[in-house]
Amino acid sequence: MDTQGRKLIKIATAGSVDDGKSTLIGRLLYDTNSLTTDKIEAIERSSKQRGYDYLDFSLATDGLVAEREQGITIDVAHIYFNTDKTNFIVADTPGHVEYTRNMVTGASTSQVAIVLIDARKGVIEQTYRHFFIANLLRISHVVVAINKMDLVGYEEEVFLKIKDDFNELVAKSDFNEDQITFIPVSALKGENIARKSQEMPWYLGNTLLDHLEVLEPADLQENSVARFPIQYVTRPKTEAYHDFRGFSGKLYGGSLKVGDQVTVLPSGNETTIKSIHFFDQEYQEAEVGSSITITLADEVDLSRGDMLVKRETIPQSEKQISATICQVNSKILKVGNKYILQHGVNRVLAKVDEIESRIHTDFSGKEDAEQLKLNDIGKVKFRLSKPIHADSYTSNKSNGSFILIDESSFDTVGVGFID
Amino acid sequence: MNSLLKPNPKEAESIHILREVAAQFERPVLLFSGGKDSITLVRLAQKAFFPAKIPFPLLHVDTGHNFPETIAFRDKLVAELGLELIVRNVQDSIDQGKVREERGRYSSRNSLQTTTLLDAIEEFKFDACIGGARRDEEKARAKERVFSVRDDFGQWDEKNQRPELFDMLNGRIHIGQNVRVFPISNWTELDVWEYIRTENIEIPSIYYAHKREVFFRDGMIWTANEHVFREAHEEVTELMVRFRTVGDMTCTAAVLSEAVSLDDVVAEIRDSTISERGARIDDKRSEAAMETRKKVGYF
Repeated sequence: MDTQGRKLIKIATAGSVDDGKSTLIGRLLYDTNSLTTDKIEAIERSSKQRGYDYLDFSLATDGLVAEREQGITIDVAHIYFNTDKTNFIVADTPGHVEYTRNMVTGASTSQVAIVLIDARKGVIEQTYRHFFIANLLRISHVVVAINKMDLVGYEEEVFLKIKDDFNELVAKSDFNEDQITFIPVSALKGENIARKSQEMPWYLGNTLLDHLEVLEPADLQENSVARFPIQYVTRPKTEAYHDFRGFSGKLYGGSLKVGDQVTVLPSGNETTIKSIHFFDQEYQEAEVGSSITITLADEVDLSRGDMLVKRETIPQSEKQISATICQVNSKILKVGNKYILQHGVNRVLAKVDEIESRIHTDFSGKEDAEQLKLNDIGKVKFRLSKPIHADSYTSNKSNGSFILIDESSFDTVGVGFID
Repeated sequence: MNSLLKPNPKEAESIHILREVAAQFERPVLLFSGGKDSITLVRLAQKAFFPAKIPFPLLHVDTGHNFPETIAFRDKLVAELGLELIVRNVQDSIDQGKVREERGRYSSRNSLQTTTLLDAIEEFKFDACIGGARRDEEKARAKERVFSVRDDFGQWDEKNQRPELFDMLNGRIHIGQNVRVFPISNWTELDVWEYIRTENIEIPSIYYAHKREVFFRDGMIWTANEHVFREAHEEVTELMVRFRTVGDMTCTAAVLSEAVSLDDVVAEIRDSTISERGARIDDKRSEAAMETRKKVGYF
């Protein structure tokens, strides 16, 4: 909840070039009165300069000079709007095959994915890939927006055919049918975006905006046991707080209460939670997602990168891990490569032991591989310099994912989802 | 004692980012302009490190053309919270011949700040500069990272940015590089104002409606002042105005307003049909004004 009690919904959008993704977002902004007069004027000016006879809402989001020149989106852009009940963050991700990494990036912080399909083209290879990533990242809800319905005469048959084709993909995925919603829209004309379409009386479901509003963050919240990675040790060393030694971090999964019996990793020492602080207030209990500072009943050795967990739910501590990797940099991943592996706020060294396979991102299986290139997804085994205290990605997203940092450039070159 | 803490996700995320800065960098600094966004950052930093003090100084790059109300506010805040404040002046960069003062109708020291900022980064060897920029402000900023790596020349390479996955922040850099950090990237202007109201945070008086001598140019309201170039025919009138964004006098336009309380301001922002940067004269120079300035090291 924000200060006004609005819930927060985070959305990633995916579509191929010319599916009208930027137009859809521009339309959402326009229909929720989120575009200001000067922005609308700027869009009118640019649309006119380009000789269009309609308002090109995609100009509301295509930010960089290179993108405006080419009329395509090449980097994740974040867009914000709100209604009275909901605060929305949209990660607008590019659709080109060479920019798969951007969709993984955008989807990593999102609860909902909108997959756009051009009604004239139907389900194409790109659709497979976008849905594959939504599946890999265990996105909670997928909205399949079948766009440009105005160009197919608003025909129900077109919609139903695409829905059937898409459902064949759903059957191959880990999604249940109730996690997928199909909506026929025309972003350009505003049909079924915020306004119920008069052109498609056969469609009885919600508009896109109504659908996004009824989603409950509670359903979207990753549901798991408490993990509290130590981010920072707070030692005021002032007179009033002379002996205060607080452990600060963000709580992943579950909740923590004063009096909870906890285990310190990696030492295995046991203690109890003495107090929970947020700014100048103390709390009995903190919910998942809280950035808090806690104190412990006993003097224990605990520093950045260590983890506090409840005594009965201890994660795996492994020096060998197996994970699905998406390569997000042009540097190639090969057996023997060394990386800095960042798991939450903890860093260890990692060496590639084995590349088991490269996974086809269209649900068609896998193949043997010697290396992973930019935008490749594969199964990789690593050996670590020190154990990490991790869960599988499917049971705790935050504690089941990591990034790979190149030792020489320090660039983020890969992201991993632990088996 | 309170019973249950339910987090405000954007606030919790910002605190997480500020703690990452303190943990990952040797010499962070908070770029403080006296505007509402950097004031919000100070409150978030208090929350991140309480009961300890904020573990980094504030840096103000003073153009010399700031509103006096902002400077008075800055000094009061620093004294009350016991913070360390570093001030570096654009005037010194001009005197040293490093930058040349602009002349004429649209002259401003806004873009000159970059040189003074880059010099201060070098002087103090800052490796992380925390700023209050938000992605909703401007379309080039919509693609900015939370940890944004700058090279030795302070340049932003927009096509070669590190992807940021989940909430893992990679602050590893080479000597000479530094990182610009934007903890409130995901906040909107309305989020900031609602937060200021809920937290009851004090802000400079120029954010509230007041009487001011102004003149009109290009449909915007300019402050009539010795630092702002004005043609003889541009007539000065006194009007009730306030500022939505606080920068240098030469690049910040006022808006007509009757808003005298935080409630009034929030209501005004909610109903506003003009974006905040619509009152920024510096953005109107071209369609890519912000991106061009960011590439050369502008904040």
